[in-house]
Amino acid sequence: MAAKTTLLARLRFALWGLVALAAVIAGALVLGHMQEAARQGASLPGAVRIGGEFELIDQNGKAFSSERLKAKPHAVFFGFTHCPDICPTTLYEMTKHLEALGSKANDLAVLFITVDPARDTPEQLNKYLSAFDSRIIGLSGSEAQVADVTKKYRIVAEKVGTSDGGYTMNHTATVFLFDGKGTLVSTLSWEEDEKTRQAKLDRLAERG
Amino acid sequence: MLITHKNLLLNIAFCATLVVASIMTIVAADAHGYSREGLEIKHPWTRVAPPGAKVAVGFMKITNTGKEADRLIGGSFALSDRVEVHEMSVTDGVMRMGEVKGGLEVVPGATVVLEPGSYHLMLMGLSGSPKLDERVKGTLRFEKAGDIEVEFAVAPLGAKSHSDKNGSPDAKHEHGGHDMKHHH
Repeated sequence: MAAKTTLLARLRFALWGLVALAAVIAGALVLGHMQEAARQGASLPGAVRIGGEFELIDQNGKAFSSERLKAKPHAVFFGFTHCPDICPTTLYEMTKHLEALGSKANDLAVLFITVDPARDTPEQLNKYLSAFDSRIIGLSGSEAQVADVTKKYRIVAEKVGTSDGGYTMNHTATVFLFDGKGTLVSTLSWEEDEKTRQAKLDRLAERG
Repeated sequence: MLITHKNLLLNIAFCATLVVASIMTIVAADAHGYSREGLEIKHPWTRVAPPGAKVAVGFMKITNTGKEADRLIGGSFALSDRVEVHEMSVTDGVMRMGEVKGGLEVVPGATVVLEPGSYHLMLMGLSGSPKLDERVKGTLRFEKAGDIEVEFAVAPLGAKSHSDKNGSPDAKHEHGGHDMKHHH
């Protein structure tokens, strides 16, 4: 009788030991999975995926696919030509930055995508962009194509009526900087000083 | 000896007068203003607009030196169809812009600044780009003071203030170094 009790006690002990071992293995697996997930999203912690594939039309009327951005660092920003202040200023500043970069900017793609395709035809973009660095690519397309790209880049773009029955647009003004792998590595903002923005673009061009 | 000394002083005085006069001329050429009905308008200015642009902006400082509040409700610009008073802001990376409903109030003793990134006159239906260093005629319409005739100075594309000469005269490859001043 005493021997049977000891055997059962040992069996119980062994079973609890197995349960503990299973818990440790499960915990290690979960932790490993979490670390892997964190590594994959390591470019900007906590950031949602910005960017993606698109098909648009450039200022020369030619099709422009996001395929062209593969293995090429790129700067992407959105605006429209009926924009009196921030868009021409951002384009002007980008022109200065590209001039400062010189030939190093040749491997950098700089995209200005309209949020107002109804008025910003390729011809209109062509005329407007002639005032800026010729390496800046202006992109337009159908309403659906532009809606698709703004969604992928998580851009705010909304029409605001003016009293003459026309409209202006509210839109995200951030310049997004992507490396050659298409990972968002940094942004340029309107509030930053010129030196900070230039340093970020220099790094982007160098790192590729 | 005494005469020579006197001549020297006279010469210094003459030179000093010339210097002061030329500085005053430069200052007068750079800043222009208008005042009427208790309102002082300082340096209305606009910028060169890119080719094909249908809109431009007008900036200035308005000081109310009178006893009654007034409102800037619109105006006119020789190169555009319409003028509206707008406000622009950038919050969390999103640029928002729209008409200032009811106009921009200027209370007695206050100065309201229309400048890049803030309040501006939205010059709509542009018939052509303002040219660098030209003066473009226009009016400012106030609720009480009525129309005030002004001339807008034209700064380069990308200028952050009326005295920012580092912008580009016609935008492309026309400017010097990269030491552009910022006026935040």
